[in-house]
Amino acid sequence: MATNSEIRYLTPIAVDTKKKKYCRFKKSGIKYIDYKDADFLMKFVNEQGKILPRRLTGTSLKYQKKVSQAIKRARHIALMPYVGDLLK
Amino acid sequence: MLNRYETVFIMTPVLSDDQVKEAVKKYKDLIAKKGGKVVHEEKWGLKKLAYPIQKKSTGFYHLLEFEVEGAVIKPYEVAFKRDERILRFLTVKLEKHSLAYAEKRRKNRKAAQEAKKAEKTEDKA
Repeated sequence: MATNSEIRYLTPIAVDTKKKKYCRFKKSGIKYIDYKDADFLMKFVNEQGKILPRRLTGTSLKYQKKVSQAIKRARHIALMPYVGDLLK
Repeated sequence: MLNRYETVFIMTPVLSDDQVKEAVKKYKDLIAKKGGKVVHEEKWGLKKLAYPIQKKSTGFYHLLEFEVEGAVIKPYEVAFKRDERILRFLTVKLEKHSLAYAEKRRKNRKAAQEAKKAEKTEDKA
């Protein structure tokens, strides 16, 4: 008769421990985000070409502004689409 | 005071190679005429556009980096606007960080080109 309290695990159960998000620009010391590098900027948009929020990417406010500025510039010179479908 | 600027412009794909060269020369001369100097230029060639502009899906991309007085930019952009060969243009002022980045980019491109050249000569040999 094993009651719940008696169950022991050999290894601790994997509870979803949230990985702390970090700002990749702060971490790697990138100061300027290039609007000409469309492949890199693709990491910050979803499949429709919308800019991903900070809450998902973990980018700090300072760099989120620069990312969005760079994406908007890239869109203007047709390196990135304003609207897209299945970009990834 | 001289500032550093960077312009990317897209030309229509209907132009021939000579016409492209001529158009680029026009904008380089324009900078020289206004007392500026072209620091760097990059020819990206015919690229596919992410979305059609004026019903065209490709265009010749060109990048110019130049040093010029701030007041020159306005007439310079007007020249782009009046030109029918230009589909789009974007002028950006380079500050401390972007200047450093541009310098690094130039160096990397140069290194990449030299590596390519070396490869080619090796192939021949």
